[in-house]
Amino acid sequence: MNVLKSFERAVKEFGLEDKCKIARTGCPGTCSAGPVVLVEPGDYFYQSVTPESAQEIVKEHVMRDVPAKRFLYSNPEFFSKQKRLVLRNAGKMDPLNIREYISRGGYTALVKCLTGMSPEDVINEVFKSGLRGRGGAGFQTGQKWKFVSKAPGSPKYIIGNLDEGDPGVFANRTLAEADPHAIIEGMIIASYALKAEKGYLYTRAEYPLAIETLKKAIQQARSLGLIGEKILGTDLNFDLELRLGAGAFIAGEETAILASIEGMRAMPRPRPPYPASSGLWRKPTLIQNVETLANIPLIVLNGGEWFSKIGVPHCPGTKCFSLTGKIRNPGLIEVPMGITLKEVVFDIGGGVPDGRTFKAVLVGGPSGGCLPESQLHLPIDYESLTKAGAIMGSGGIVVLDDESCMVDTAKFFIEFCVDESCGKCTPCRVGLVKVKKVLERIAHGKGVEKDIDLLTKVGEYIKEASLCGLGQTAPNPVLTTVRYFKDEYLAHILNKECPTGKCDMGTRRRS
Amino acid sequence: MEKDQTSESPHAASDVLIAEKLMVKLEKIMEEHNYQRSALLEVLQKAQEIFGYLDRKVLLLIAEKLHVAPSQVYGAATFYNFFRLRKPGEHIITICMGTACYVKGADKILSTLEQELGIERGKSTPDGRISLFITRCIGACAMAPNVIIDDVVIGKATKEGVIERIRKSAGGEN
Ligand SMILES: Cc1cc2nc3c(=O)[nH]c(=O)nc-3n(C[C@H](O)[C@H](O)[C@H](O)COP(=O)(O)O)c2cc1C
Ligand code: FES
Repeated sequence: MNVLKSFERAVKEFGLEDKCKIARTGCPGTCSAGPVVLVEPGDYFYQSVTPESAQEIVKEHVMRDVPAKRFLYSNPEFFSKQKRLVLRNAGKMDPLNIREYISRGGYTALVKCLTGMSPEDVINEVFKSGLRGRGGAGFQTGQKWKFVSKAPGSPKYIIGNLDEGDPGVFANRTLAEADPHAIIEGMIIASYALKAEKGYLYTRAEYPLAIETLKKAIQQARSLGLIGEKILGTDLNFDLELRLGAGAFIAGEETAILASIEGMRAMPRPRPPYPASSGLWRKPTLIQNVETLANIPLIVLNGGEWFSKIGVPHCPGTKCFSLTGKIRNPGLIEVPMGITLKEVVFDIGGGVPDGRTFKAVLVGGPSGGCLPESQLHLPIDYESLTKAGAIMGSGGIVVLDDESCMVDTAKFFIEFCVDESCGKCTPCRVGLVKVKKVLERIAHGKGVEKDIDLLTKVGEYIKEASLCGLGQTAPNPVLTTVRYFKDEYLAHILNKECPTGKCDMGTRRRS
Repeated sequence: MEKDQTSESPHAASDVLIAEKLMVKLEKIMEEHNYQRSALLEVLQKAQEIFGYLDRKVLLLIAEKLHVAPSQVYGAATFYNFFRLRKPGEHIITICMGTACYVKGADKILSTLEQELGIERGKSTPDGRISLFITRCIGACAMAPNVIIDDVVIGKATKEGVIERIRKSAGGEN
């Protein structure tokens, strides 16, 4: 706020009110370089702006047209390898002003649907695009739309999944705060294609700014006749309601989110029936991650074929990733599918800072996999990551350096999943506690060599036998650390020693 | 559930009055939702906003008005991490123990604070001044580690910085 005020003051002081406009935007993704300021034309991007440098930037750049080089963003490579489709407007416009979204081409896709495309045309275009769900599982979006469209029963519902329960991930949050209308437009188009008249946007209470932004955006869309009855004078009716979760990782799972919206504990249930045929109040329901939804307007505008050529053929488009941990340029990025992990970690992320060395990258959140340097050549797509033992998840990339102990890391994630397991099915409820105990034993210098096999066996069993995606993926961090960092486990077990000194071999009080 | 702590203050009479007013406010919110049972989570959230936490009386009232079994209301209130069933301290310190914050040393900040305050995570100091909670990611991971002191997020937090802030906002003790 102080920076904004300083700009306003400086512009006034130098009499530049007619020459420039000060706008507020959402986050462009460079979180650790903040506060940031963009000066157009020319995409000049200033970092770590203070009230003092604000004054100088106005004086030099705005008044004399000479960019104040010493304050410019110092990592141009952060942007150069990115491809920004979903984040097209992030950091470039005021998210709280629907007119800015419209002036950047927003809601033209909706108008195109309403004036020149049948619902089937829209579904076909999405099908042709090859778009796959960005919430983790990577299911074909067009296929899902066909299922919901053909499912008998009414009314039909649409759920925008913005639960983002993965710790270490903030892509959906940033999208909602920087470009809420892209999500909303995607939902209205889905409602037209599937003849669904009611939508819920489900987000977490931990995201107050996103909630505020979405609330205002929905209100604005309503007042322009884009939500409500007879949308833009056509026969389309669509009502959109914001629903808040209350801090449960499992609530993002597609059957658990149904229970949560119905006002109950977020407990998953067996599938089939899938939500597409029996979802909210047992009616056909489309559940889609909000990043998936934000792609929809682009696909409608440019055609499915255009989209299918971005990224790699079996996995077209882009993906947003939250890049965090021991990395020089943490932040939110969007890259074409098929880019390698190495390019993401080293070229965009700038590698590991403070003179330390890279050890592993955790891909896919708390139930993702820890991949070592030897796997960094992997292209980012659903199949390659799964083969290596990780998952796409909701797009979390956490970099670990040589200070992180792999046994401790595995233990951290298992503790998280034990906390978050809903307790409905036995493999997940009991199995994960068992795994946690074995890991604790190893971390306290009391492990035996057999424990490694035990971890693998129980882990595989939990994956196979669990009811929902939580249990089916929770053992991944353990399985991948055992697979790629076995020597660290052996050091704990045989030498009673933690190579990084993180585990206190038996003396530290458990907190 | 814990015994209701509010009723034991010296200003009991005026407290009761305030409590009644707040109950009326809660009723109104339920009315806005047409007493639909699917609004349970919304109502619990609002109730926590109004009272700061969810005590037995509040949970029972919600159960009655929404026609939901008390066990289900209690079930939902304990299932979701966001709900508090005990009165929190005057100042609330929340440490993010999400992945990004953990990798950046949030655990060390947590154990330092547990020692400094003499309480474990999830508890309040005996004088009711400070509560220590953990959360799993507030979505500000690029600024990890994050600590929230009374709704203010402190990014790139250090042990020293956090203790200093607590001293400032919660008074000189500890
Ligand atoms: C434990 C668990 C948590 C999940 N959390 C989320 C989430 O926060 N957001 C999300 O979009 N999908 C989440 N999913 C995936 C959903 O079940 C579902 O696949 C997705 O929302 C479908 O949308 P998409 O096809 O657009 O990806 C989660 C799955 C599991 C098993
Ligand atoms: S992990 Fe702490 S803010 Fe995301």
